[in-house]
Amino acid sequence: MQLKTPLYECHKRHKGKMVEFAGYLLPVQYEQGVIKEHLAVREKCGLFDVSHMTELFLEGEDALKNIQKIFANDFAETKIGQVKYTTMLNEDGGIVDDMVIYKFSDTKYMVVGNAANHEKDYNWIKSHLFGNCTLTDRTNDYAQLALQGPASTEILKKLTEESNIPAKYYTFLEGKIAGLDCIISQTGYTGELGYELYTAPHNAVKLWDELIQAGKDFGLIPCGLGARDTLRLEAAMPLYGHEMTDDITPLEAKLNFSVKLNKEDFIGKTALEKRMDSSRVLAGFKITGKGIVREQNDMFIDGKKVGFSTSGTHAPYFGYPIALGYIDKQYSAIGTKVIFKVRGREVEAEVTATPFYKRSKK
Amino acid sequence: MKVDKDIKYSKTHEWVKFLDDTTALIGLTDYAQEQLGDLVFINMPAEGDEVSCDTPFGDIESVKAVSDINSPVDGIVAEVNEEIAENPENINSDPYGSWIIKVSNITEICDLMDADSYERFCQEEA
Repeated sequence: MQLKTPLYECHKRHKGKMVEFAGYLLPVQYEQGVIKEHLAVREKCGLFDVSHMTELFLEGEDALKNIQKIFANDFAETKIGQVKYTTMLNEDGGIVDDMVIYKFSDTKYMVVGNAANHEKDYNWIKSHLFGNCTLTDRTNDYAQLALQGPASTEILKKLTEESNIPAKYYTFLEGKIAGLDCIISQTGYTGELGYELYTAPHNAVKLWDELIQAGKDFGLIPCGLGARDTLRLEAAMPLYGHEMTDDITPLEAKLNFSVKLNKEDFIGKTALEKRMDSSRVLAGFKITGKGIVREQNDMFIDGKKVGFSTSGTHAPYFGYPIALGYIDKQYSAIGTKVIFKVRGREVEAEVTATPFYKRSKK
Repeated sequence: MKVDKDIKYSKTHEWVKFLDDTTALIGLTDYAQEQLGDLVFINMPAEGDEVSCDTPFGDIESVKAVSDINSPVDGIVAEVNEEIAENPENINSDPYGSWIIKVSNITEICDLMDADSYERFCQEEA
């Protein structure tokens, strides 16, 4: 089954190269290609269709209690208008999915998860609900556009008053952009300043066109899934199915900040406490040899297997390849030299600090 | 999609330009570069390596994917294009001006297409 997002006609119009992703037909790139799209986001601005993302609502008097039980981060002090990143764990401490949660009120939260885990997330949350709390899948009620890059605030200012633009990272508000009702959130998956805009599907094309028009003078271009992946990888943001799986704990994935072991019981806590001294850890690698490491390439030191890659690509901002992967903790010191086996060849690399890319804050 | 009338094409989207009966330049077609996207790395063979029909002699990486480059002939690598090895993106901008290897001592030529057949072949594949 191939679903089309409400922006499908925009992708065709911009000559997007369409591929299937998590059941949706989405552009992997447009005419300019991944490298130009990537650099546009780093230097100017890019616009992404991320309507495939899942929107689930938890509502009711016991919404917070459910959230505290089902998710690993602590939402006790979360304020209305705040967004928080969290992982959701299984009973073994492995990751079911990662998501951001929006607090609309004490009794209303929106959970935004990965498209590839849509059903899995819904079923997992549903099966653990208790008390006065409902779960509603409203994925089809929203289109989501990600406006990412240093010029994104200036572009939004052309379409709305400044009071409608959330000033702080990981906050949101409800307001109008180009006269259209939106949830406006200062969040993203690129390592850059940016906003994610949620709107009703029938508004999506108008919102897209208004943003493209307003962004023209700022160098805004549409960007596809290819650039989304290279951007998140430079920022060392993990991707489910790669750096995170049902078997990997958030501590191994260096997502400690998404887990609060000092809050009362939550699913996976007991198991996680027993897996604190895991021997593997996620690390970043700079490829120093010839070749590009992709996912699932084994990693060696002196002929001994010490790990494997989970993602890898040519990094457009740096001009050389990078990778993320799991390595035995004892070898994870920065500067450690490793060999990846890539399609039968040996490619040299070394452990490097993450994130690879960090934006300079003005 | 562009084709060059004076060269031959393989089903795996390489082009061959004969310099004489036993020497040819080999490159990737416009269709191939368009499918692959931004090219960033080529794993080249060494001079003196034997290449043979429909067998990979190297691979090429775009930002998103890796693909084999197959030889459309049997022969010996006489030269690799170092400029293309350094700047694979030149294949994106000028696929027919960017040869990858020069093969000499050609003893066998695989099943190749002329420009018209290749154009039809790509339309069917798309």
